[in-house]
Amino acid sequence: MTDAVPLSWVLGLSGALFCIGLFAALARRNLVGVLMGVELMLNAAIINMVAFWRYLEPRFITGQNFAIFIIAVAAAEAAVGLAMIIAIYRNWQTVKADEVDSLKG
Amino acid sequence: MTIVIQIIFALIAMLILGSALMMVLAKNVIHSALWLIASFFGVGALYLLLQAEFLAVVQVLVYVGAISILILFAIMLTRAADLAGETGRQWNNRWWLSLAVAGLLFGALIVPTVIGETWNVAPTEVAGAAAGQATGIAGAAELGRGFVYEYLLQFQVIGVLLLVALIGAIVIAYDETARRRRVLTLAEELELKKRQEAREAKEAKQSRKGKGEKPLPAPVPTDTLSKGNEGNEGNEGLVVR
Repeated sequence: MTDAVPLSWVLGLSGALFCIGLFAALARRNLVGVLMGVELMLNAAIINMVAFWRYLEPRFITGQNFAIFIIAVAAAEAAVGLAMIIAIYRNWQTVKADEVDSLKG
Repeated sequence: MTIVIQIIFALIAMLILGSALMMVLAKNVIHSALWLIASFFGVGALYLLLQAEFLAVVQVLVYVGAISILILFAIMLTRAADLAGETGRQWNNRWWLSLAVAGLLFGALIVPTVIGETWNVAPTEVAGAAAGQATGIAGAAELGRGFVYEYLLQFQVIGVLLLVALIGAIVIAYDETARRRRVLTLAEELELKKRQEAREAKEAKQSRKGKGEKPLPAPVPTDTLSKGNEGNEGNEGLVVR
């Protein structure tokens, strides 16, 4: 694996995934779409960690440990975020990010 | 063997990036979520290719199994307004700015860094594998040992974080009016139905007494329990505010 696919390919893949997720998080109007973009970005970060573990330090497990920490944090973040979206929907009757503007002066 | 692995990597990369792009471009949010699930599957396959088997299983369990279902449920719970006032735009007004930020980040920062850097890649384990020893790649056993020895404190903190997030999610999504709403048991529902029928029979008898023998259509039962339930027709008798 390590001699067939160079590390930079994997890093480029995760970078592209991160940028797609960033665009989704910044540009989507639907709040659930924004959360989906954040999930893509977290996935890109985990790919980076696993790639660095596999290519640079395959004897130490630290990369995978922290990948699992990130997965746990992502699950918590998704649960709280979706609960907030449901609460917002209950008050505003909308899930569009640019229509929830009660803090706008 | 090398070319096979490269082809597999290319297929997985196309799956991940294609699904992620379709997730951004899809107009329908449900389609978006389904493309996201496909992308998660691709990432799991990439972990398998990178010989992180335990992480691949965790990816499928947590992302494909739990987070995707959570997202789908959130979409279904918040869909009524979306269907009623469909504006057709899935991106906000300044989406080109977001595109510029993401494109510049990729083109000007990530690609030059990844290409220009000489990574200190560890030597392949060909010698060890040829001698019949372990391949030197840490597996699930080392992963578990890391959790109970080196990263014990972090492991506990993650547990507390998950608990707090669970409680927080319940508190945030908790409906205040739900305190007054109670789902009836089957016995209570039967009791309610019996009372309604008795009242209907009494009113029908009264109306027959008053206006001769003409059978009137049964009046709408206004039970005290179903009062204030105008907001949600369709599940009267089941839900009591």
